[in-house]
Amino acid sequence: MSSRVFITGTGIISAIGNNVEETYAALLKKKSGIGKLENFSTRHRDHLAVGEIKEPDDLLKVRLGVNSSSRLSRTAMLGMIAAREALASAGISNIKQFRTGIISATSVGGMGIAENHFTQYLDPDDDNEFLDYINTLDCSDSTERIADFLGITDYLSTISTACSSSANSIMFGARMIKLGLVDRVIAGGTDSLSRFTVNGFMSLKILDNEPCKPFDANRKGLNLGEGAGYIVLESENASRGKNIVCELTGYGNVNDAYHQTASSPEGKGAFAAMQKAFAVNGISPQQVDYINAHGTGTEVNDLSEGLAIQKLFGAAIPPLSSTKAFTGHTLAAAGGIEAVLSILAMQHDTIFPNLNFSEAMPETGIVPVQSVINKKINTVLSNSFGFGGNTSSLLFSCAQL
Amino acid sequence: MNITLDELIEQLKTDIIEQLNLADIKREDFQADTPLFGTGLGLDSIDSLEISVLLERKYKVKITNSQEGKKVFQSLRTIAEYIQANQK
Amino acid sequence: MKAYIRGTGVISPQLTFNCTHFPDDIRESDTNLLRCIEPSYLDFLNPVMARRMGRVIKMGIASALICMKNARLDMPDAIITGTALGCLGDTEKFLKAIIADDEQFLTPTSFIQSIQNSVSAQIALHLNCTGHNFTFAHKGFSFESALRDALMLLEEGEAQNVLVGGIDEMTDHNYFFYDKLGLWKKEKINSSRLLQSDSPGTIGGEGSAFFVLNKNKSEDDYAILAGVKTIYNPESAGALHITISEFLKDNGLGRENIDLVLYGFNGDSRSDHWFTFVKENVFMNSGAGYFKHLCGEYQTSGSFAMWLAALCLKEGKVPPVIQWGKQKSEQLNHVLIYNKYGNNHSLLLLKKSS
Repeated sequence: MSSRVFITGTGIISAIGNNVEETYAALLKKKSGIGKLENFSTRHRDHLAVGEIKEPDDLLKVRLGVNSSSRLSRTAMLGMIAAREALASAGISNIKQFRTGIISATSVGGMGIAENHFTQYLDPDDDNEFLDYINTLDCSDSTERIADFLGITDYLSTISTACSSSANSIMFGARMIKLGLVDRVIAGGTDSLSRFTVNGFMSLKILDNEPCKPFDANRKGLNLGEGAGYIVLESENASRGKNIVCELTGYGNVNDAYHQTASSPEGKGAFAAMQKAFAVNGISPQQVDYINAHGTGTEVNDLSEGLAIQKLFGAAIPPLSSTKAFTGHTLAAAGGIEAVLSILAMQHDTIFPNLNFSEAMPETGIVPVQSVINKKINTVLSNSFGFGGNTSSLLFSCAQL
Repeated sequence: MNITLDELIEQLKTDIIEQLNLADIKREDFQADTPLFGTGLGLDSIDSLEISVLLERKYKVKITNSQEGKKVFQSLRTIAEYIQANQK
Repeated sequence: MKAYIRGTGVISPQLTFNCTHFPDDIRESDTNLLRCIEPSYLDFLNPVMARRMGRVIKMGIASALICMKNARLDMPDAIITGTALGCLGDTEKFLKAIIADDEQFLTPTSFIQSIQNSVSAQIALHLNCTGHNFTFAHKGFSFESALRDALMLLEEGEAQNVLVGGIDEMTDHNYFFYDKLGLWKKEKINSSRLLQSDSPGTIGGEGSAFFVLNKNKSEDDYAILAGVKTIYNPESAGALHITISEFLKDNGLGRENIDLVLYGFNGDSRSDHWFTFVKENVFMNSGAGYFKHLCGEYQTSGSFAMWLAALCLKEGKVPPVIQWGKQKSEQLNHVLIYNKYGNNHSLLLLKKSS
C-alpha cells in the first residue's frame, strides 16, 4: 500500500510536437498545431481544421524502429511512442524490478485503418489481405501493443469513456498503487483521426472549421485532434531515490446523468468531479494555481465548465486556459495529453495560453490566460469531460518530500 | 410537387416516425400541432439533428442555424409549412 | 478485497432473465452461434426512451434493472461496465452509412450510440445516478477489470453498493468477420457437444450479466466474490500453475480447498490444452465444470460464469448440465472460475456466504 502516488515520467506526441521537449517549445512560441487535414482523404477536408500529426504511418514505424510491414494501427503507434518516452523519462530500465501495469485508453482504436477495408471485410470473396486490421478495432489492441513493446505483463487494462478516458486511466492506476495491487503504472491514452470520428462529430454539428476559440463568446465548436499522452505513476517505495516530477494529489469521476452528449447547463457534473478531486487530500480551491480546462470550444461545454468553475472558485478563479487550440481535442487521449501539459506547466512555472480568445462569454465573464505567463505553480487542476456524462478531474501538486 | 399541407403533414409524420424510430408511439400522441420538443413528444437536440438531415436529404431544404431550427421544429405543421415555403 | 454478491440480472442464450434458479429447460444451437433470449424491452423502457437505443444498450439496461430489483436496491453508488466491443451494431451502422452515402446525410444517433461507454452512461441516465461511472474495454479482461474497480471502490469506502456488469453482443457482421479470422468451427456442431468436439474453432455467443456487489453481508447474498486475477499471455503452463497457486495462497487457500473449478473450455482444440493442463495437473482432486456450451464464446463470458458460480454456491449444488466428469465432493464452499479469451486468462474466486 502507498498513501502517496508520485509521477516520475511523462511522454507525449501530438500536433505540436513528437515529444515533451518539442511540445514545450511550441507552447512557448504559441505555435498551434491546428491546420488542414493531410493524411487521409474525406469529402469534408476543406471544411475541417484539425490537430493532425503530420507524419504518416510509415514514418511512425521508422520512429519506432519496427518493420515497415508490421500491422500496427496508428493509434497503437502513437501510444507506443509516447509511452516509451514516459518510461525512459522515468529512468525505468528494468521493467521487472517492480510490479508494473499499464492502464491505457482509446475511443476508436484502429478505426482509422479498419474503416478503409470495411467493404472488403464484408465481401465473402475478398482475399483477406487486410483482415488482421479488424483486430485493431478492439480497444485492447493498442494497450497490448504498448505492453508488448515495453515488456509489461503484470497488469493490463483499457478504459473507454469517451473524452474523459485517459484521465480515468490515471486515477485508476493511482488507486491500484494506493491499494498495493501494483507498484507503478504507465497511465494515459491514445487516439488517431479517422473518417469515422470526423463524420461523427460533423453529424453532431459541433465542429469549428476554423481554429477553435475556447471560452470565447463567439466560439463555434471544437477541432478534432490526435495524439497520445502517458505519465508514469509510482508508489512511495518504488520511487525512492528517484527524481520525483510531482504528485497526484486528487482525482474524481462522476456522471452528469443529464444527456448523452451535452453537459448539464449549470455544469453539475463538472462541479461534482472537481469537488471530489479536492476531497481526496483535503486540498482547497484556493491552493490551485492553474486550471488546465477541458475547454473544447463548443457552446455547451465551455458554458457548463465555466459556470461550474465559477460556482467552485467564487470570485477567486485561478488563471485558466484550455490548450485544445494547440492540440485539438484528442478524444480519449485528451486526459493523458493534458496531464502531461499540466505537469509541464508546473515543472517550468509557466502557464500556457488559451489561443484565439477575444471576448468573454456574457454568462460568466471568464477571461482565460492569453499569453505565456511565468507564475509559481504548486497545484494544477486538469479537467476532462466526456460524452455519456462522464466527468473527471485530476489534481497535480509539487511533491513535498 | 403539388400536395396539400395536410398530405405533406401526414407524409412527414410517417418519415419522422421512421427516422426517429417512434413506431411504438400512439398516433393520438402525435398530431399536426403536438409540440415536438420539451413537453408533447419530448424530443431532444439529437432528434433535431436527425430531422435536419431528413429535411435536407428527402425534402431538399436546409436549416441554416439552430435558432432557425427552434422556430421551424415546433410541430409537424410548422415543419410542413417551412418545406412548402422553401422547397426548390 | 471481497464483496457480497447481493443481486444478479442476466440475459443470455439460456432462460436466465428474471430467473433466480438455474433453468430446467436448456437451450441448444446447431448453427455454431448461441443467441440471447431477450425480454420485451418495453416492459422496462418507455418507447420515447428506447427509440434510439441499440440492442446492446437495451440488454444492458434490462439486465441492470432486474439485477437491482433482485438486490432490492433503488440506487447504486457506482456503475461499472466491462464490454470489449461496446455497441457494435451502431458502430457498423454508422460506418456503413459513411460508405453508402459517401459521407453525406449522416445522422448522429448511431455515432453517439457507438461510443464505448454508452451502456454505463444510459444506465446512469435512466436511474439519474451521478456516482462513479467507468467502462473497461479490454477484450477478455473487460469484465474482470470492472470487478477489480468495484472491489477497489468498496475497499476505499467510496461505495456501499456497486452495480457492475459484463456485456457483449454478437452481430451478424462480427460473426462473419470472426468466421473469416478462423474463430469458429468449420463443421456445424450441436452446442451440447462442445466438450466432445475435438477440432479447431469454437462457437459464438453473447450476453449481459449484471451484479450488485455490497460491502456488507446480508441474509440474501448469493455468494462472496473473494478474488479476481487477470493474467496476460502466460509464458507457459508451468508459469500459469505458479500464478494460480500464488493467487490461492494470497486468499489463504490451497488447491485442496477448491471444491469446483468452472473452466472456460470452448471446444477449440488449438487452445483448450490450457484448461486440460490445469484440470489434470493443478485441480485433479476438485470438481470440474464448463459453461461455454450454454453461453458461447465471447469476451465477457466471465460474467455468465460468475452468475453460474454464484448460483451454485447459493443453492449448494451443481447443475448436471455443467458438470465435467464426476463431482468430487459433497460440499461446495469455494468455486474458482478459470477462463480465457485469446491470450487474456483470468481467475475469479467465489466463496459460500455462510
